[in-house]
Amino acid sequence: MDLVAILAIQVVYAIASLALISVGLAIIFGMMRVINLAHGEFLMLGGYAAIVATSHGINIWLSMLVVAPIVVGLIGVIVERMIIRFLYGRMIDTMLATWGLSLFLVGLTTAIFGNTTVGISAPLGSLQIGAYRTSAYTLFVIAVAVVVLGAIFAAMRGTRFGLIARGTMQNANMAAALGVNPPWVYAVTFGIGAALSGLAGAVLAPVSGVFPTIGVAYVAKSFITVIGGGAAILSGTVSASVLFGTINQIATFATTPVFGEVALLAAAIVLIRLLPQGITGRFFRRGM
Amino acid sequence: MNIHRRTFLKSTLAAAAAGAFSSAAHADDPIGVASIHDLSGGLDIYGKPMVDALTLAVEEANGSGGLLGRQIKLIEYDTQSNMQLYTQFAQQAALKDKVAVVHGGITSASREVIRPVLDRFKTLYFYNTQYEGGVCDRNNFDTGVTPAQTVEKLVPYAMKKWGKKVYVVAADYNYGQITSQWVKKYVLENGGEVPSIDFFPLDVTNFGPTISKIQAAKPDFVWSALVGGAHISFYRQWAAAGMRSSIPMASTTFAVGNEHIVLSPEECNGMLICYNYFQDLKNPVNEAFVGKFHTRFGADYPNITELAMGTYQGFRLWAEAVKKAGSIDRMKVIEALESGISIDAPSGKVTIDPPTHHCILDVHIAEVSDKKLKVLEDFAQQKPADTAAVCNLIKNPNDNQQYVIKI
Repeated sequence: MDLVAILAIQVVYAIASLALISVGLAIIFGMMRVINLAHGEFLMLGGYAAIVATSHGINIWLSMLVVAPIVVGLIGVIVERMIIRFLYGRMIDTMLATWGLSLFLVGLTTAIFGNTTVGISAPLGSLQIGAYRTSAYTLFVIAVAVVVLGAIFAAMRGTRFGLIARGTMQNANMAAALGVNPPWVYAVTFGIGAALSGLAGAVLAPVSGVFPTIGVAYVAKSFITVIGGGAAILSGTVSASVLFGTINQIATFATTPVFGEVALLAAAIVLIRLLPQGITGRFFRRGM
Repeated sequence: MNIHRRTFLKSTLAAAAAGAFSSAAHADDPIGVASIHDLSGGLDIYGKPMVDALTLAVEEANGSGGLLGRQIKLIEYDTQSNMQLYTQFAQQAALKDKVAVVHGGITSASREVIRPVLDRFKTLYFYNTQYEGGVCDRNNFDTGVTPAQTVEKLVPYAMKKWGKKVYVVAADYNYGQITSQWVKKYVLENGGEVPSIDFFPLDVTNFGPTISKIQAAKPDFVWSALVGGAHISFYRQWAAAGMRSSIPMASTTFAVGNEHIVLSPEECNGMLICYNYFQDLKNPVNEAFVGKFHTRFGADYPNITELAMGTYQGFRLWAEAVKKAGSIDRMKVIEALESGISIDAPSGKVTIDPPTHHCILDVHIAEVSDKKLKVLEDFAQQKPADTAAVCNLIKNPNDNQQYVIKI
């Protein structure tokens, strides 16, 4: 029984971490149709921001939950202003540009921090469930994912900016005619997407450590989740994370991590074959 | 670019003339020694100290007049943790630089990439990393320790201390696959059991399900043969789940990449390891060596690793053989090495074992303790018995393969 409980926590954790690493990409891709190949590097920068801030004496929670998203969000806005804004509507060109950006960021962080793994110990200690123990930090990651998804839902549904952002993404010309400034909306939305990636990278840093090329480990999974989820940002990310996270974690537990990854990828291929528009292309179509 | 007939002729002639001059090798030309190691990418935690040690060894040799009256030129290649570059650079070292010897390769995968290349182009090859054993190749010398020298000692030590049920986690390539079989063999021989061996690709960072699985299996201790930067998160997650205090750990790879300095003491204290070299070994040769190393690379150098010492000793053994042979000719040097060359190294006496081309050397069991490695027990002059059981290059000089353990 306690093994079932611990396994359930692992599965929910896998879902939560998939949703966390994908949601920033989902916003940037879902709302602006920009394929951001530097997404993994935004996560990596979030991890470094948190670790550097912690080592300079800032409280670990503050550096993960506040410093990292702000730093990466600002980087996101700068990137949008300097590179992305010239390339809207040119999907292949944005892919090339963000891929170049990804290589640049990997090189830059390698030059600054060196190519070794750095990390911080996970706070919060451990948790006893029957005869088993697990890290209490796992539960914290799950909580962060829930709060982040809830906040995005509330912001898009309930705030004026959410309405303007959704309107701009739907029809930029019409929004401009109604007095909205689309470039400003794009920049802020891109910044928010980047900030969420930074937050995810920071929250996962104590679990996986950080090194300049860690983005590669994240980027494929986040793309699979976003594509598998389809057009709707929230319901797409959540439903794809639930599907892939469960499959991955149960296969990993039953066999080995290798087959866990294989199972995830196989599920993604089957899904895209059956639902080319992603899960939300057929189900939850009215979701956000 | 415009190429005029006259400039083209001029440059071609100049190149031809330069070629003619350089091909006549002068006796006072430096001797080329190639270093092929990962200085960037995920494996640089291992490669950097190795190249530093090799640099020091070459500088020492040059400072005392070089070899055979010639200076030594170290030609460094950075393979960037990329297997394709190993092939490319091994070819360059052999064909373009025409080096006398190649020191290099870190993972067993990289060794198996460059070994055939250097065989084909008849260039002497030293692999200086502790590894899974069994390589049998006359062109190749392996100066690192193998399972019969380390695992064979550490398994009974750890089983006596902690118990008989051992759960193995290992990196998913030839090193982890073969080493975990050796661990299993010695555990079974000592009357223990191995409920499971789990393999992980080098980029896995989420070990949550595995940690639950280990708890379900209730082993007395865990054996880690994990490799590289990403796998460090296993130790973090293990400690974060509160497991370090309840299930102890032994390893054939931990601390080789200075993991004990990267992690906090709470994450790895008490782990048992077994290698040929530890920086704190108490002997005059080592104390002098550590002093020199710190003068050269700074007193704040984190730790001189097992692999760094392997590389240093590998170069010294080669240099000793060149002196004895009076030549850098490949076959003459191999024959000199096969006479059982021996050096007084910082790790103690190191001797080439002629039939296997491996080394007879001291090993030590140590415990991780507050970012230091505390030596607990010494075993003098261990033979590479695993490779010796299957490989005899004196009897079969044309043997060329890696023998793999079968259980």
